[in-house]
Amino acid sequence: MHDEVVPDRNIRAYEAVREVDDFALLRKRYKNFVVPWTITFMAWYLLYVVCNNWARDFMSTKVIGNINVAVIFGLSQFFSTFLIAWLYGRYANRKLDPLAAGLNAKFKRERRR
Amino acid sequence: MTTQVNALIALPLADAEPGNRNLTVGLFLAVVAVTLYITWWASRQNKTAADYYAGGRSFSGSQNGLAIAGDYMSAASFLGISGQIALYGYDGFLYSIGFLVAWLVALLLVAELLRNSGRFTMADQLAFRMRQKPVRTAAATSTIVVSIFYLLAQMVGAGALVGLLLGVTDTTIKAGVIVLVGALMIIYVTFGGMKGTTWVQIVKAVLLMSGTVVITFLVLLKFDFNLSKLLGEAAAHTGKGEAFLQPGLLYGKDLVGQIDFLSLALALVLGTAGLPHILIRFYTVPDSKAARRSVQWAIGLIGTFYLMTLALGFGAAALLDTGPDSEVAKSKGNVASPLLAESVGGGADSIGGSILLALIAAVAFATILAVVAGLTLTSASSFAHDLYANVFAKGRVTERQELRVARFAAAGIGAVSIALAIPAQNLNIAFLVALAFAVAASANLPALLYNLFWKRFNTSGATWSIYGGLVTAVVLVFFSPVVSGSATAMFPDADWQWFPLANPGIISIPAGFLFGVVGTLLSKDPDSIERYTELEVRAFTGAGAEGAAKH
Repeated sequence: MHDEVVPDRNIRAYEAVREVDDFALLRKRYKNFVVPWTITFMAWYLLYVVCNNWARDFMSTKVIGNINVAVIFGLSQFFSTFLIAWLYGRYANRKLDPLAAGLNAKFKRERRR
Repeated sequence: MTTQVNALIALPLADAEPGNRNLTVGLFLAVVAVTLYITWWASRQNKTAADYYAGGRSFSGSQNGLAIAGDYMSAASFLGISGQIALYGYDGFLYSIGFLVAWLVALLLVAELLRNSGRFTMADQLAFRMRQKPVRTAAATSTIVVSIFYLLAQMVGAGALVGLLLGVTDTTIKAGVIVLVGALMIIYVTFGGMKGTTWVQIVKAVLLMSGTVVITFLVLLKFDFNLSKLLGEAAAHTGKGEAFLQPGLLYGKDLVGQIDFLSLALALVLGTAGLPHILIRFYTVPDSKAARRSVQWAIGLIGTFYLMTLALGFGAAALLDTGPDSEVAKSKGNVASPLLAESVGGGADSIGGSILLALIAAVAFATILAVVAGLTLTSASSFAHDLYANVFAKGRVTERQELRVARFAAAGIGAVSIALAIPAQNLNIAFLVALAFAVAASANLPALLYNLFWKRFNTSGATWSIYGGLVTAVVLVFFSPVVSGSATAMFPDADWQWFPLANPGIISIPAGFLFGVVGTLLSKDPDSIERYTELEVRAFTGAGAEGAAKH
């Protein structure tokens, strides 16, 4: 039961928000974080998969006691995931949320006009 | 990794001591009683469509994070991953890494934008700027196919698993377990809706995490909290030595195997953010910030859990008999965690051992119930909201009528999956979970990402990518060695296999993305482009997004 036709007032309000400089800034900031980090974690993960397949001697090198490169590489995938999730949350709280809140307020004002 | 739950022969796990079995059954009944109480409580709160489909959008980030963890970690990933580690060492650990890293795709690219721009189902988000009928039909088809594949694997696994935990070999009793699990999930979903299902998942996640923490602590205590010592004793005890801690015992034995593993890894990492039962969980929170918090919680919980399975798996390898004739090997690893719990609790004849064994069995049972309920709700919601209300009735139905259909659909889907799961008991259908991930990554993820980030994307592109990715993945698996032409296939006596890989992702995921581009360029659809402004502003800022229900 999604509205098939959005009332004109809403379209105007959305277009007005789209034109604000802060919206372009919000999109830019989002991309600045998401694009490089997505490339990083995908490359890091695929490197791990590739090493499991085709660099087994390297992966089998012992580092501390019975702990080898493979185990450390695997555990580091966990910690990099935790780290990126935490970094993104911090970035979004500081850089994205305030802009989004301001634009949201503008949308509400525009809709009332 | 449902994997192994199927092909098992039940083992005399609890048959020696009826006292054990009574304790296990008692705890099973306690789980059932608690979940039914939750359902009864939730059913009295469900008034509107937002209540039924999205739990009133009033769950907090941490609650939803627990529910996501409860929805995502199946009994197979609980028992299966630790079992795989117990049998194959390091390689058993690889599945869990793909399952975890996948959450970054959900966090960075999907969760918040979907929360702001969608409503109840995955299709809502796509239909935002597309022609309703074709896009909703495509998205609902893919939602229902993915959920039913996943559901069937879980139900067949449930029969085998509960039989195993109770020490039952009889097929009729196992079929009875499937009917019982099916009936319970129908009750949860029909009466409890999203609110009831979410609380069942939260309870399950708390049980699973606490049970696992206790066993992990007891295991690590035996090895002085020294990882190197644990690994060394595991490698020595299994007799496999160094190889047990290195890649290669399970995956990538030859070039085809290596490409197959790469293909599996791609489907795991890209599939999660396209699983419909995960996506609709983002609608249960009041805003995008809470959606972000819930994914962060889920990452913390799921990651911690998988780290603990490492201790469970290697602990089982070091402390239990995992040789070719052992119970662990015969169950394909599934009893590794329960038997480990018994062992660290004091051994087979001790009170501590019996209690821990029964506790882990009850946790596994709660896990099955929570996961199947989530899947049934997802398919019922999509059937009622997308197909019935928006495609067949073209939006001209009342909320009451739509919810009535959702409840009937839940019962219908439950009945169908019971009817399919019972005869499938003796087939090896473990590959269905990997296939569900492959379809989610090949059909759903391309459509979702294009819709959010590509202005030119349109109705034709959406239907092309969904059907294209879905059909490619299913057809390739149909002609792969998991369906025919090998000893472990679903139909071991037939042979129509020509596609060498068990996992289609490496072909079907790029195909899904490519179909999306081709479909888009073949059609001109100015409306989709025009409404992109609205979608974009709403997704990024939350302006005009659905809010929490006010009670």
